[in-house]
Amino acid sequence: MAKTIARIFTYAKPYILHFILTVIFALIGVSLSLTVPVYIGKAVDVCIGAGEVDFGELAEIAVILGIMVIASGFFQWLMSLCTNKLAFLTVRDLRADVFAKLERVPVKYIDKSTKGELTSRVINDIEIVSDGLLQGFTQFFSGIITIIGTLVFMMFINVKIALVVVILTPLSFIVASKITKASHDSYMKQSKMRGDMVSFAEEMAGNQKIVKAFVYDKRAEEKFSEINKKYGEIGIKATFFSSMTNPTTRFVNNLIYAAVGLMGAMGAIGSISFIGKMTVGNLSSFLAYSNQYTKPFNEISGVFAELQNAVASAQRVFNVLDEDEVSDDSDKKKLMDCNGEISFKNVCFSYNPETKLIQNFSLDVDSGQRIAIVGPTGCGKSTIINLLLRFYDIDSGQIVISGNNIMDISRDSLRNNFGMVLQETWVFTGTVAENISYGMPDATREQIIQAAKAVHAHGFIKRLANGYDTVISEDSGLSQGQKQLICIARIMLMNPPMLILDEATSSIDLRTEHRIQRAFTKLMQGKTSFIIAHRLSTIKHSDVILVMNSGNIIEQGNHKELMAQGGFYAELYNSQFES
Amino acid sequence: MKKLLRFLRNYKKELVFGPFFKLLEAIFELIVPVVMADIIDKGIANNDSSYIIKKIIIIVILGVCGLAFALTCQYLAAKCAYGFGTELREALYKHINSLSHSSVDRIGTASLVNRLTNDTNTVQDGVNRFIRLAVRAPFLVIGAAVMAVTIDLKLSLIFFIAAPLISAIIFFIMRKTIPMYKETQQKLDRAALLTRENIEGTRVIRAFSRQQEEIDEFNKAVDDISVSSIAVGKISAILNPASFMIMNLGIVAILWFGGVRIDSGSLTQGELTAFTNYMTQILLALVALANLVVIFTKSFASANRVSEIFDILPEENGTAIPEKNSGNIIEFRNVSFRYDGAGDNSVDGISFTLKRGEMLGIIGGTGSGKSTMASLIPCFYRATNGEVIVSGKNVNECDVDSLRRIIGLVPQKAVLFTGTVRDNMKWRNENATDDEIISALKTAQAWEFVEKMPDKLDTYIAQGGRNLSGGQRQRISIARALVGKPEIIILDDSTSALDYATDLRLRKALRTDMADTTVIMISQRTTSIKDADKIIVMDDGNSVGIGTHNELLETCEVYHEIYQSQMNEKEGE
Repeated sequence: MAKTIARIFTYAKPYILHFILTVIFALIGVSLSLTVPVYIGKAVDVCIGAGEVDFGELAEIAVILGIMVIASGFFQWLMSLCTNKLAFLTVRDLRADVFAKLERVPVKYIDKSTKGELTSRVINDIEIVSDGLLQGFTQFFSGIITIIGTLVFMMFINVKIALVVVILTPLSFIVASKITKASHDSYMKQSKMRGDMVSFAEEMAGNQKIVKAFVYDKRAEEKFSEINKKYGEIGIKATFFSSMTNPTTRFVNNLIYAAVGLMGAMGAIGSISFIGKMTVGNLSSFLAYSNQYTKPFNEISGVFAELQNAVASAQRVFNVLDEDEVSDDSDKKKLMDCNGEISFKNVCFSYNPETKLIQNFSLDVDSGQRIAIVGPTGCGKSTIINLLLRFYDIDSGQIVISGNNIMDISRDSLRNNFGMVLQETWVFTGTVAENISYGMPDATREQIIQAAKAVHAHGFIKRLANGYDTVISEDSGLSQGQKQLICIARIMLMNPPMLILDEATSSIDLRTEHRIQRAFTKLMQGKTSFIIAHRLSTIKHSDVILVMNSGNIIEQGNHKELMAQGGFYAELYNSQFES
Repeated sequence: MKKLLRFLRNYKKELVFGPFFKLLEAIFELIVPVVMADIIDKGIANNDSSYIIKKIIIIVILGVCGLAFALTCQYLAAKCAYGFGTELREALYKHINSLSHSSVDRIGTASLVNRLTNDTNTVQDGVNRFIRLAVRAPFLVIGAAVMAVTIDLKLSLIFFIAAPLISAIIFFIMRKTIPMYKETQQKLDRAALLTRENIEGTRVIRAFSRQQEEIDEFNKAVDDISVSSIAVGKISAILNPASFMIMNLGIVAILWFGGVRIDSGSLTQGELTAFTNYMTQILLALVALANLVVIFTKSFASANRVSEIFDILPEENGTAIPEKNSGNIIEFRNVSFRYDGAGDNSVDGISFTLKRGEMLGIIGGTGSGKSTMASLIPCFYRATNGEVIVSGKNVNECDVDSLRRIIGLVPQKAVLFTGTVRDNMKWRNENATDDEIISALKTAQAWEFVEKMPDKLDTYIAQGGRNLSGGQRQRISIARALVGKPEIIILDDSTSALDYATDLRLRKALRTDMADTTVIMISQRTTSIKDADKIIVMDDGNSVGIGTHNELLETCEVYHEIYQSQMNEKEGE
C-alpha cells in the first residue's frame, strides 16, 4: 500500500509546487480558523452582564475576528484551487501514461485481457484515484492540521481538560472501526448479491426476446424474485450497519462534549482546584474546540475508506503499467523495396508451451502467389496473421521476407509492407474519409475517392448523409459489409506489396458480398497474398492451400494435390456438393 | 413518478416513524446548547456544583436517547427502502416480461437492464436518505432559527440574513456546476470511447504503425478533461470558504449586537454562547441539505425512467389455443408488416400456405424481410395488415404462451445462459428427461462434443456461452429448440458458424428425426434450402417467387441469379 501511494506521488512530482502550496495554504487557512473560537471566547468574556460590557475591547475583538475569518476563508479557497490542479493534472498524466502503455504492450496481453475490464482501468479506476486524491488532499491535510491545531489551543487554555479530550477521542475512532468491521461482512455479501442480481438481469432482460420465445418468463421471474429477496434482506442489514456509524460517533462526541462541559464548569467555579481556573469564555472556546477536534476523526475515517479504494484502483492501474513491453526496434533495419517473396523455415509456434501448435512448418512463397488457409471455424487460421505481422513471435525457425529475417527488421517497416483486412472490421469514430486514409493521413480527397471507387464503395458512400464527411462508428448503422468495404479501401489506398485477407463469414447480403469479392480480386493483382478462406472459389485457384485443424497445419499443397490425397481437405470440399 | 408510491404502501409505519424518531433526535440535539447555557448562567454564576452535575447528566441522557432514536430511524429507513426496492424490482421485472417485442425494440434491452438494476437502486437509495435526512436537515435549520427567536427576537434577525445568503450561494454554485459536470462527463465518455476503440483495433493500429498518433489523440482528450474538471473545481471551491465566511461573520455580528443586548440586560452570557452554537448548526444543516438536493434530483430522474417502463402497456393477448389439425399448419393471407416509426413496410403483401410436416425455405439478402416474416408466426410482432393463421387460429387471437410453446426458435445469434448444458436444454420444457435432451443434442450434431466433455450434460456454461466455440454454441442453441419435438421449428440463418460437412449432417438429421415437424429455414444460401417443399424468395420486403427449387429456377429470376452466383463460386468462377 505504501509503495502504491509513493508511486502515485511520483506522478504528482511535476506539480510539486502545487503540492507545497496546498500544504502551506492548508496550514495557514486551518490555523487561522482555529483562532476563531479563542476570539469568540474572549468576546463572551468581555460581555459579563448588564452594564458591564467593555465595548472598546469588544470592537477590537470583533475586528480581529472578522479579519481572521476572511483571511482563513481566502486561504481555504486557495488551497482548494491548488488541490484541484494537483489532482486533475496528476490524473491526466497517469491516464495518458496507461493509454500509451496499451500501445506498447504485446498483442498477447490485450488478447488475454477482457476488453471491458481494460477500458475500465483507464477510465473508471483512474476516476476513483482522482476522487481519492481530491478527498485525500483536502480532508486529510486539513483534518490532521485541525486535530493538531485544536490540541495545541486546548493545551494553552487548560492542559488537564485537553488531556481528557485526548484520552476520550480514540473512543469514537474505536467505535467507528468496530462498526465498520462488523458491517464489512454484510457489505461484501450485499455486493455479491447485487452482482448476482445484475448479471441475472443482464442475461435475462438482455435476451428478452429469447425468454419470450421459449415462454421462459414465469420461471425467470421466480428466479429473479428469489435473488431479489435475498438481496433485499442482506441489503437491510448492510445498510443499517453502515448507517450506525454516524449516530454512534455523534454519541461519543456528545459524551466528550459533556465531559468537557463538566470539567470546564467545575473549573470555572473552582470547586475542583486540580483542574485550574477557567473563565466562561474559556469554557465556550473549549466547547467549540472539542466539537472541532472530534469532527476530523469522523471525516478521516470516512476518507480512509475512500483512500483505500483509490489505492486499490491505483494498484490495478499500476499493474497495467508494469506489464512487459515489446522491445523498441526503431533503430533496426527498415524493410525497403520488398519483392513479396516469403519463406517459412522450420517454424514452430504455440500460444502456450503446453499445447504445441505449429511445428516445423516450411513453405516458400514466390512473389505474387496466392496462399489460401482453410479449415473449420476456430481452428486457428488467424495464427498466420499473428506471426507474419509479428503480433506474436515464433518460438523457433525463421520467417524470411524479401531476403530479410523478420526478426532483424523493425516491426513498423515490416507491417507497412502488409495490407491486412480482418473479418472483425474495425472502423473508428470519425469521418469516412478519415477512416479510409487511416494508413495515409495526408492522402488527398482525390486519392481517397479513387481507392473507394476501386473497391466499389464509392456508390454507397456517396449516398450517406454527408458523403465522405459522414461521421461513422462501430455501431452507426453501417452494415457489416459496408464496413468491410471501407477497410478494404483503406488498404487499396496504401497499395502494399503483400496482403493478408480474412473473408467474412457473417451474413452479408449477396450483392455486397460480390462487391467484396471483386474488391479483393482487384486488390490482389500482382501481390503476394494470404487469404483466410471460407469460399471455395478462393481456395481452388490458390497456388498453395494450407489446411488447418485445431491449430495445426495438417495438409498443404494445391487443390489438385490435396484432392488426390483424399484427406481432410477432400472431405471438406466434397461435403459442399452433397445435400 | 406517482405510480411508484404504491410500492411504499406496505411500509407506511416505517415512513411515519422513521422521520419521527429522527425528529426526536434533532430536538434533543437542539436542547443541548440550551442546557449548556443554563450551566453557564446558573451553575457557574451561582457556584452550584450539584446543579452543574445534574445538568451534565441530562446532557448525557439526551445523548443516549438521541442515539437510540437515531438507530431506530436508521433501521426503519433501511427496512422501508429495501422493502420498497425489492417490491419495485419484482414488479418491474414482471412488467418487462409482459412487454411486446416492439416495445423492447424501442427502449433497447441495455436500457431495460439499466433501469431494472441501477435506476431501482438509485430510487431505493433516495427513499433511504429521504427518511434519514429529509426531515432532519430542514428541521435543524428551522429549529435552530426558532430557538434563536425564543432567546432573542432582534438578535435572531442575523440568522434570517445569513441563512438565505448561504442558501443563495449553494443554489448559485449548483446551478452553475451541474451543466459543467455533465460536460466533463461527456469528455470522459469520449476518452472511454477512444480507449475501447483502441483496444479493439490493436492489430489494425499496429499494422498501420499509427500508435503515436493514437496516443496524441488520446492526450488531447485527457487534456480536455483536465481543463473542464479544473474549471468546475474552481467554482465549487468557492462553496466551503464562502459559507465559512458568512457563518463566522454572522457570529461576529451576533457577538457585537449580543454585547449591546447584554449591556442593556436583555441577554445573558450563556444565551450568547447558545446563539453562536445555533449559527454553526444552521450552516452544517444547510450544507447537508444541498447534498440532499443532489441525491434527490438523481433519484427523481431514476424514478421517472422506471415509471416510463410501467407506462408501457403489456403485450396484447388473446385466449384462443392452437389445436392440432391435419390441414394447413401455417397460412399467411396478404400479410404486411411495418416497424414502428419506419417509413416502409418490411414485409409487404405475402400470402402462402404450409402443410404440417412440410419444410419452408426463405431466401434473400440482408434486410429483405426474411427474419421479420418469420417473427410474425410466434406473434413477436403483429401483422399491420392481413392475417397470420397458425393451426387454424389467427395468431392475434391466440394466447401467446400457448402459441409459442408449439414453436421451437433458433435465433440468428446463438445465446446460451449461465448454468449447465442440461439447464439450457430445459428451456422449452422444464421436465425434459435426459433421454429427450440427448436425442435433441444428437439431431443438432451437438452430442458428439458434449459427450466428450468431462461433465457431459453437467458441463457448466459461462455467461453467453463464452467457454464454447461459435459452432458449438450454435449447435446447442439448435438442440435447445428441438427438445420435446415442437410442431414448428424456425431456424433463423442459424447455421452460419457450422462447416459444410456439419451443416449437411444437421439437415439430414432434421429430416429423419423430426419428420412430423414443420421446419422453417431462413438462409442466404441455396444449398441449405434447395430440398424444401416450398421456397419463398424475398427481395426488399416482397416475395418475388414461391415454389420448389426446380420451379423457381425456371420462373424466378432473382432465385436463378442467387443460385447461379453461388454455383459459380463453387466451381471457381
